[in-house]
Amino acid sequence: MSDVIHDIGFRRYEGERFGRGWIVRSLLVDTIRGIFGLGRPARSKVMPWLLVAILALPPIVIGLVVLITGADRPPISYTQYLYQLNLPISLFLAGSAPYAVSRDLRHGVMSLYLSRPLMRSDYLAARYAGLAISMFAIMAVPQTLLMIAALLAELPVDEQLVGWAGGLLMSALLAVLLSAFGLAVATLTPRRGVGVAAIITILLVVQGFSFALSGLASEEDLSDLAVVAGALDPYRLIDGLSSWVLGVDAAIGEFAPTAAWQAGVLALAWLLGVLGFGGLLLRRYRNSVPL
Amino acid sequence: MNVVVGLTARGLLGRRRSLLLVILPVLLLVLAGLTRWASAGSVTDSANLTGGFAMGTLLPLMCLLIGTGVIGPEIDDGSIVYLLAKPLPRRTILFAKLGVGLAAMLVFAVLPVTASAAIAGDEGLQLTAAYGLAALLAGIAYTTLFVALSVLTRNAVIIGLLYALLWETLLGGFVPGIRDVSVRQWALAPAEALLGDNARAWGVESAVTVPVGLSLLAVLVVGATWVAIRRLQTLRLAAAD
Repeated sequence: MSDVIHDIGFRRYEGERFGRGWIVRSLLVDTIRGIFGLGRPARSKVMPWLLVAILALPPIVIGLVVLITGADRPPISYTQYLYQLNLPISLFLAGSAPYAVSRDLRHGVMSLYLSRPLMRSDYLAARYAGLAISMFAIMAVPQTLLMIAALLAELPVDEQLVGWAGGLLMSALLAVLLSAFGLAVATLTPRRGVGVAAIITILLVVQGFSFALSGLASEEDLSDLAVVAGALDPYRLIDGLSSWVLGVDAAIGEFAPTAAWQAGVLALAWLLGVLGFGGLLLRRYRNSVPL
Repeated sequence: MNVVVGLTARGLLGRRRSLLLVILPVLLLVLAGLTRWASAGSVTDSANLTGGFAMGTLLPLMCLLIGTGVIGPEIDDGSIVYLLAKPLPRRTILFAKLGVGLAAMLVFAVLPVTASAAIAGDEGLQLTAAYGLAALLAGIAYTTLFVALSVLTRNAVIIGLLYALLWETLLGGFVPGIRDVSVRQWALAPAEALLGDNARAWGVESAVTVPVGLSLLAVLVVGATWVAIRRLQTLRLAAAD
């Protein structure tokens, strides 16, 4: 690797160099650890773990409710859980996406990363994958708790396991979409606070907009439009997709897709969202030091 | 003071940030137009849109964006020390920043909310006036509160959101007592009084009476400003994240 500047005037290192793959792996691990505040002062741990606690508390309560009332199914399904707890999930995204990228932009260290055998796309892939894995984890852990609670309450095992697997699949789809969106917005500003506010504001306002649009459309008997407007809101998009693909009850039943083409539009919106935000990210980092 | 105002305004409105401040209110106006088209100017539907999406979601979020934007980033990256080192009273600095925040709030939050009531359907501008007043009062309170929060903590945005959405919107729906401790309800009290008999029919209702609402708003605004000034006088810069 003669094209890499290793000798920057410090003590010599003659040992083995692990190369590009190892750097990507290290960057990925660093992203995940940083998002949860591991290896950082307690101050950085408060927010992520508070949100994880807010997400993990309901399954425990639900488990107790099922035990006490002796219901034959949890009062909330695995995919509905994602929709009902969208606010803490959005907050977690808003807190962690800027963390992953804005410090590197603010301190102007992108050129240092790129002086190693690391491509621009590697950097982005590592940051993006770290964020997506963290997002998936905070959704998967509460669902797993819910599944354990349901099994402890001796609900039918196969039914619960199928529901849980479906929930994980949808969590993965949601994590991939949300992370692409969050990271694309976060790279627009080197200031973390601004990124946090921008991500959450856009998400919440678009959610409110999409819901109001659906309400209007259903008042006007345009039920097709009411369903399709859900594609604007990532959580409703996933809710609609899961009700069509997995056949589970939607969190908002009145706007669940009823025809294949509607589900197709939702799926297309998901794909366009991921590709579009991913493209924005790559474009943003096309220049050597974006600012 | 003028320099601080100029700097803050440039920081708040410069580059891509102003885009966000324009696009989000435009979404509201689009919805208002659609509501008018769908319900043929029904005042109840207009009141629902303005009272729900505009007052409940857009207004607090815009105030959050503006309130944390006028001072938060500077504290975040430490450049506030250059400002604090100037021979200016800290209170002047805070008032300048608050002034820019309030002006931006007026243009980007109160104006669209008021316009949305007028666009979506109204009877002799009564609803517009009532929601304009409520949005103005709530906007002042939210902006001051969020400016104070961003001086107090680096997690101002998330704490502000937990308050504006979880506390006011979600918990307020379940626990009646929480509705008494809510900027939105306090600001709606004069709007309800302004509408008189129509208030009930259009669903504009507040959990508190006018004197209580107004005095609590005043206490909040004065208190938040005082806390922010005190805190700015003894600001300790923590290491960047």
